[in-house]
Amino acid sequence: METVIRTEKLTKRFGDFIATNEITFEVKKGEIFGFLGANGAGKTTAMRMLCGLSIPSSGDAQVAGFDVYKQTEEIKKNIGYMSQKFSLYEDLTILENIKFFGGIYGLTDKQIKTKSDSLVEKLGLHNEAKKLVSGLPLGWKQKLSFSVAVLHDPKIVFLDEPTGGVDPLTRRQFWELIYDAADTGVTIFVTTHYMDEAEYCNRISIMVDGRIDALDSPVNLKKQFNANSMDEVFYQLARGAKRAE
Amino acid sequence: MRTIKFLLFKEFKQIFRNRAILALIMVMPVVQLIILPLAADYEVKNINLSVVDHDHSTYSQKLISTITATPYFKLTGYNKSYDEAFRLIELDKADLVLEIPQGFERNLVRENQQELFVAVNAINGTKANLGGAYLNTIIQIFNSDIRVKLLEHEESNQTQNIDVTVSNWFNPYMNYHVFMVPGILAVLVTMIGGFLSALNIVKEKEVGTIEQINVTPIKKSHFIIGKLIPFWVLGNVVFTLGLLVSWLVYGITPVGSLLVLYVFVSVFLLAILGFGLLVSTFCDTQQQAMFIMFFFVMIFILMGGLFTPIESMPGWAQTVTKFNPASYLIETMRMVILKGSGFKDLLRNIGIIAIFAIVLNLWAVLNYRKTS
Repeated sequence: METVIRTEKLTKRFGDFIATNEITFEVKKGEIFGFLGANGAGKTTAMRMLCGLSIPSSGDAQVAGFDVYKQTEEIKKNIGYMSQKFSLYEDLTILENIKFFGGIYGLTDKQIKTKSDSLVEKLGLHNEAKKLVSGLPLGWKQKLSFSVAVLHDPKIVFLDEPTGGVDPLTRRQFWELIYDAADTGVTIFVTTHYMDEAEYCNRISIMVDGRIDALDSPVNLKKQFNANSMDEVFYQLARGAKRAE
Repeated sequence: MRTIKFLLFKEFKQIFRNRAILALIMVMPVVQLIILPLAADYEVKNINLSVVDHDHSTYSQKLISTITATPYFKLTGYNKSYDEAFRLIELDKADLVLEIPQGFERNLVRENQQELFVAVNAINGTKANLGGAYLNTIIQIFNSDIRVKLLEHEESNQTQNIDVTVSNWFNPYMNYHVFMVPGILAVLVTMIGGFLSALNIVKEKEVGTIEQINVTPIKKSHFIIGKLIPFWVLGNVVFTLGLLVSWLVYGITPVGSLLVLYVFVSVFLLAILGFGLLVSTFCDTQQQAMFIMFFFVMIFILMGGLFTPIESMPGWAQTVTKFNPASYLIETMRMVILKGSGFKDLLRNIGIIAIFAIVLNLWAVLNYRKTS
């Protein structure tokens, strides 16, 4: 299996504070890789470094074969990103957002048209397609964000707490979108707080105080920590955390 | 190029959706150009004058009626004593007191000499000083009129008058609107360009959409150009509206060519938009950007030669104005609109503003960071 993300002692410091502390891991092509941890454990910082939004303080990392220090713009061509906070344009319609981001990623007009049509079809947004995004319910915004993140067929897509604040049914539907994308060979790198979602991942890493304290498949982790559920695994690890919220 | 096309599509959509801002952009220049030049007028009218006439002669009556016949003075008191008149100054009911001494007529005719006393309320310095100067002129004219009349009777001419006649070039009637309107238009273009661009990128930072842009492989220069062009177009629209208002309301049409004006304003807009975008890249919130722009725009306006001539500023201040892009715009607008200056006369100004534009925009591109 091809390795698409490789980090080696990747570290980010903000002054005295070490947000991400020497994390080392690999992600294979087509994997759904879960990134767990309490609030403030350093997940988002780690993800931003891998997306080329933040330059690491030390350590090494390659994403899609490109270096996170020098080749951030090459990385950006090969990844999709969905931030924790909804960040599409609220004052544009769904179709306009798709057209804009498609255009920025260099899609042709024909590709944009095809993608828009299939997206509207897939998400069932026939009535909303020409409405402003600001009026959409959160669950739909998140589905749209994801769809925009994978619009240009990236090799890897980074999702930062993509399902925060939505109902279980919508979360379920969201994960169906993730599985669909993974089936086409896209690597999924996802952070979450929901342990049921953790179970959907092929492998998960659990971050505590900026370090990765555990990394394996959900089944193996439960065995390793002698737990019945991922919840228990998480509690056992997170209890040791020193960082206050 | 294709990227820029999509950026423009997005920016224009957003601008046209933001009705409040759009209305402000359109209404502001029209309203301000109609109101401000009428209010910001250097010409002082309605000066409150109080007269103390101790002479009660034909000549003193004549002098008073000559003065009050002008639109500048309003007779608010006709007092018996100076103290009474001074009381009016204290109550702020009079700006000037004119005291005509006893024997005014006699001395004027017989001795060819008479002193008048003028007291000025200097709390409103401009009004009182100008009023004093006006009054002086009127009295002098009155004086020479009497001389001419007296000369008809006498052969001897003892008064030596030197009259200075001023001819006002480029604004023959000293119409302040002609002077102020191009200046105010310059300020409007500066303000609208500066504020719109300064708030724009910061807004994307605040809302969080910049994150989604930064994670795309978009080139920084493309992003800045995509921000620059829409506001450049808007700036030109505002300028055109302003020119229309000056023409329709004040009848001001540029003596020089419109082409020269537009070329200069186009380059100027690139400079001021670049400045706004630069501020935008330094700030994290719209509040910060707003305050920083206010700080600079105030300096741009007050040190731009709009209200007070740059030539009369102290040396250090004149040096500061050299780094004020608005000062070049105000000067150029007046040169082209009032004097009819052409490209040749403006080469230096265009060159300087072009340097501003290049430096500020390059700086904005450099300072915009996709990676922190």
